[in-house]
Amino acid sequence: MTTPATENPPAPAAIAPPVNPASRLAALEEAILPVVVALLVAAIVGDVLILSFGQNPGTVYRLLFEGTWGNAYGFGQVLYKTTTLTFTGLAVAVGLRAGLFNIGAESQLAAGGFAAALVGLILPPGLPALVTLPVYLVAAAIGGGLVGGVPGVLKARFGAHEVITTIMLNFIVLALLNYLTAAHLKVEASLHTEEIHAGGLPRLSSYIAAFHGSAANVVLFIALLAVVLTWWFLFRTRRGFELRATGLQPAAAEYGGVDVRSVWWRAMVLSGALAGIGGLNFVLGYKHYYEDAFATGAGFLGIAVAIVGRNNPIGVLLAAFVFATISQGGLAVNAVVPKQMVDVLQAVVIIAVAASVPEVRRMLRKGDR
Amino acid sequence: MSMAESSPAIRLTDIYKSFGPVQANRGASLEVAAGEIHALVGENGAGKSTLMRVLSGMYAPDSGRMEVFGRDVTGWRTAEAIDAGVGMVHQHFMLVPTLTVAENVMLGRELTKNGQLDRERAEREVAELSRATGLAVRADRTVADLSVGEAQRVEILKTLYRGARILILDEPTAVLSPPEIDELWQVLRQVRARGETIVLITHKLDEVMEISDTITVMRNGRTVARLRTAETRPAEIAKAMVGRDVQLAMHYIDEVRGADTAARTHLPPSAPLLEVRDLLVEDARRLTAVNGVSFSVAPGEILGIAGVEGNGQTELLEALAGLRDVRGGRIAIASRDITRLTVKARGDAGLSHIPEDRHARGLILDYSVAENLILGQQHRFTRGVRIDQERIHENARRQIAAYDIRPVDPQLPARALSGGNQQKIVIAREMGRAFQVLLAAQPTRGVDVGAIEFIHARLRDARDAGKAILLVSADLAEILALSDRIAVMYGGRLVTVLPRAEASEEVLGPYMTGAATEHAA
Repeated sequence: MTTPATENPPAPAAIAPPVNPASRLAALEEAILPVVVALLVAAIVGDVLILSFGQNPGTVYRLLFEGTWGNAYGFGQVLYKTTTLTFTGLAVAVGLRAGLFNIGAESQLAAGGFAAALVGLILPPGLPALVTLPVYLVAAAIGGGLVGGVPGVLKARFGAHEVITTIMLNFIVLALLNYLTAAHLKVEASLHTEEIHAGGLPRLSSYIAAFHGSAANVVLFIALLAVVLTWWFLFRTRRGFELRATGLQPAAAEYGGVDVRSVWWRAMVLSGALAGIGGLNFVLGYKHYYEDAFATGAGFLGIAVAIVGRNNPIGVLLAAFVFATISQGGLAVNAVVPKQMVDVLQAVVIIAVAASVPEVRRMLRKGDR
Repeated sequence: MSMAESSPAIRLTDIYKSFGPVQANRGASLEVAAGEIHALVGENGAGKSTLMRVLSGMYAPDSGRMEVFGRDVTGWRTAEAIDAGVGMVHQHFMLVPTLTVAENVMLGRELTKNGQLDRERAEREVAELSRATGLAVRADRTVADLSVGEAQRVEILKTLYRGARILILDEPTAVLSPPEIDELWQVLRQVRARGETIVLITHKLDEVMEISDTITVMRNGRTVARLRTAETRPAEIAKAMVGRDVQLAMHYIDEVRGADTAARTHLPPSAPLLEVRDLLVEDARRLTAVNGVSFSVAPGEILGIAGVEGNGQTELLEALAGLRDVRGGRIAIASRDITRLTVKARGDAGLSHIPEDRHARGLILDYSVAENLILGQQHRFTRGVRIDQERIHENARRQIAAYDIRPVDPQLPARALSGGNQQKIVIAREMGRAFQVLLAAQPTRGVDVGAIEFIHARLRDARDAGKAILLVSADLAEILALSDRIAVMYGGRLVTVLPRAEASEEVLGPYMTGAATEHAA
């Protein structure tokens, strides 16, 4: 490829403006445009589907809006779902930034929730949330981090491909948690543990009455904090600089003095820990017990959230909100159109974004490495 | 309409082609008569390759007119170009290594008999064509077993087999040793004698003078000169390429012709800064790639390692830089053993490294110029765990000015810069900090004449400032122009080490091909 030399480049004295605003704008447009187009495409496909069910798209979309952003309960549910998806989306995004495709967020999420529940059952009841919260955070991070770390170490030590190992570990970990719950921890005639009484996390409804009945809880604020911290880590710290360098060009990172193997396992531990903390949302924020298979695909949806969010923590938050809305909207429109229609819409968004996003194309090209 | 015979083989008029904001061609023209060898020259980024990709149908021009043998072919597609006899031999070979020569040549046009591949006929036909053109290569050999020169002959053979009457060669000598280059010229003359037309993309002026009949010079996407080789001089071509008189470039060309050298004849008698003893290194397939290499580089000395690529230079460099494990031997900087140190620790010990592949190793293409200017030094630009943006920016401003990196925008991704400016980022980073030993691998590969001049001057400055420089280059002219001593690497060994005064292309050539051997003391 040839790139022509610039004509009459500015004299070195004219260095002053460090940022080229035009290129910044173009970069932003390049980041957001595919997503906007994907959502429009999904809306059009949605129209066609709704018409094929003999319904009026206007009516259905109004129902969808009213059931999600239109009332406090619906909005609370959207926020609740956004919380989990933000964590799993961040987990996948951190992996992808390091050049690793973590398909294991599902089991990392479950393991994080399980670890927090175990600790919760041991802790003396009645401890205030302020005391227990740090303990729960650490427990969930360790649970998820362990499950994420195993494929990371296998990759760093033996070169085992993380896609294979994380998929396999999903089966192993989920089956193990299922066994532990069913054989040792469950309350009779259920698949969940005893209720945890040590420092449950307050729901939003205890501050704003309108949210009454919705599952939204203070873990949402931990998710927001995680978004900011992950962004800061990736783009402002040396470790983040080295992690992204490894993801973009491992050979150049190695040349730049980065220990690529250690970046790999550390990134997988971090990725797993983020997914694991997401488990607090259900276990301590909503139900106050661990229930088998509570993740129900939120880990896998994290992949879509990361890709639609362009592996940017703030993008991940927005994408999580979009997917949470679609998911909650499916329940709202269930009366007039099958709720599976919403799954189709989700799939359309994913495919449309995947087809247009450069990271994905690069990932597919790398398939033969 | 004129008769086809009297029309030029190629006539491109006023071609414009842009990629987003980048204008690769802006009013480029080219006219090549049938049966001649035409050199298309220009600096990197002048738009030569783009123009040839337009001609071969890979890109459609934004505007302009294309004629081949008098026929209007504006905006044709690759398949049409191939059918019309326009074939391009790319810089990077497009061969399937596990297939034989004959299979590669017929790939895409497989001969069949009763629904099965007719290998015998393919081998027969390829052998015939090989004889007729002087492209000597055995049709039944596997491509993986061929040398680079032979693989290139297969590429040319493949193009001719598909009926090419216009052959476009993109920098064909970049990977060849001097004797292989001579063979290539013989082949091209033979192909010309058959009446085919050849366009040679190059920026090496000695090649232009040696082989071409006519010349087109491009600069900034435009055609700036059309010359007859017999009536011009290298200085005139260089001036057209750069748009001004080039002092050092001319000096460089004179050296190619064996003129006097600027290298020092006497060396300061001091302890070596870089010392390598009995180094053993394996390649990715666990075969010995560096086989007991020993040498040392004194302060204020440039040791040049010449050799055809693939003779262990890459493994040697990676081992020295800490990117590849060493199986045996010892590496020391200023008497300090660094054999087992990490890349980062070697950097702190005074080692700088201009890697041979700036796209794979030297730069993170999606990182900004400013970020690339600290790659490998990131631990020095921190405040706590944070990256210190202010100091990174300050460093970038200084380096961009000192090394004349263009455009002047530290936030631009490295990907957006031309090859020469990308290389200047690497040079600025590795030479713009404290170091004692510099590994300079292919420091001017794919870089334009103006930047070569600049980079060579920086290397000489560093030498004069008492640094030890190990220069590894596939470009023999560059080795001869810069080195104080010259070693030749062949088959994983240094087969000779000569003072600059005793070295010349003629002396080194046989060592590079393994025809002469003599173990270095």
